Amino acid sequence: MSDPFVIFDLLIALSIIALAVASLSVRDLFAAIVLFIIFGLLSALAWVRLAAPDVALAEAAIGTGVTGALLLKTLHHLRFVTRTLDRPADFAFSAVQPVPMGVVFANALFCGLVTLGLATAFLGAPQGGPGFDALVAEAMPLSGVDHPVTAVLLNFRAYDTLMEVVVLLAAVIAVWQIERGLSDAPAPVLSEVFHGFARLTMPAIVVVGTYLLWKGSEATGGAFQGGSVLAAVGLLLLLARVYVPAPSHRGMARVLFVIGTAVFAGVGLLVAGGGRVTLEYPLEHAKTLILLIEGLVTISIAVTLAALFHGREPVALHAQRGAA
Amino acid sequence: MLDWFAMALIAVGTGFFIAGSVGLLRFPDIYCRLHALTKADGLGLALVAIGAALLAETGGEVVRIVLIWLFVAVASATGGHLIASHARREQEGSRL
Repeated sequence: MSDPFVIFDLLIALSIIALAVASLSVRDLFAAIVLFIIFGLLSALAWVRLAAPDVALAEAAIGTGVTGALLLKTLHHLRFVTRTLDRPADFAFSAVQPVPMGVVFANALFCGLVTLGLATAFLGAPQGGPGFDALVAEAMPLSGVDHPVTAVLLNFRAYDTLMEVVVLLAAVIAVWQIERGLSDAPAPVLSEVFHGFARLTMPAIVVVGTYLLWKGSEATGGAFQGGSVLAAVGLLLLLARVYVPAPSHRGMARVLFVIGTAVFAGVGLLVAGGGRVTLEYPLEHAKTLILLIEGLVTISIAVTLAALFHGREPVALHAQRGAA
Repeated sequence: MLDWFAMALIAVGTGFFIAGSVGLLRFPDIYCRLHALTKADGLGLALVAIGAALLAETGGEVVRIVLIWLFVAVASATGGHLIASHARREQEGSRL
């Protein structure tokens, strides 16, 4: 019975490797991005086959959907806004300058060492061991939620998750700093058909994103998956020009960027004391606190990803030029 | 019996996907390629979805498959339209 699946798995594995090679070696940047997106979708399928639907959802929503949109937006930006794509001479260095062989060898050496280390770790690990399954299952009653992945992410190793949220916050801060002086991208002309599509899909996306968030406490789903699905609403709104960011919206945007991290860290610190350490929720309130954190983190993730897609901070350019 | 019927539908649907992919590779210009892809894949997707819905065990699964079919169909039609109109604008732009 498992034989057809072995062939299927082998095909997926080979396709993923082939797509990765093709994506890296193809000259056309647009083709590279499209190949990367297909690579992500097949990786999501591979995660499903590995019985990790949470990772598959994250890969499909963040790794493929949002990242693909960001890459395409970047390409558009390079081609039509800054127009720096085909003019490497504008940079301080020449793009065709060959990399010194010493650097190549040093890189190869370090990559080889990392591979060797990973191989040693893999071969040294106990084969077919129980992993952390038993430990997690044992601690589940203490977590306040019913889904092991959510329990691990939001409770047992909440610190890591907090740092992941901080990374997103840092990214949007960096983008808003760097892109300050650039003009806005010319709006791509999108027809009535796209507006109809946006109108049809947006309510469904809102329902799916909220469902993923809500479902996260007992089944596959969670803040990152829900947030990135909800970010798609932001992308559609921005692309359809239904929502045009204005300088006066910046305060609100900043609040929404920070609220997830702030509440997560705040709750983590406030529950400390009375024999508990930071981020150790009291059992009777664990579910409420996790849902509160997840809900606000979802909002932050959605708004942050949409803001990253939009790129530059919505400042009034002429006013800035006047000041400078 | 139902299983065989479902599998036959999925097989025919896969055939349409293959035909669409062949069209994508063989047809001369972007409009013909889009035509092959959107038409054949739309039909293939519908057949595969019906086949999968026949194999589904609960009503909820059927509803989900129908929703997936609906959104993929709408998205691929919109994508095809956007690519075609973009190509047409580029062509007109280069002719001017």
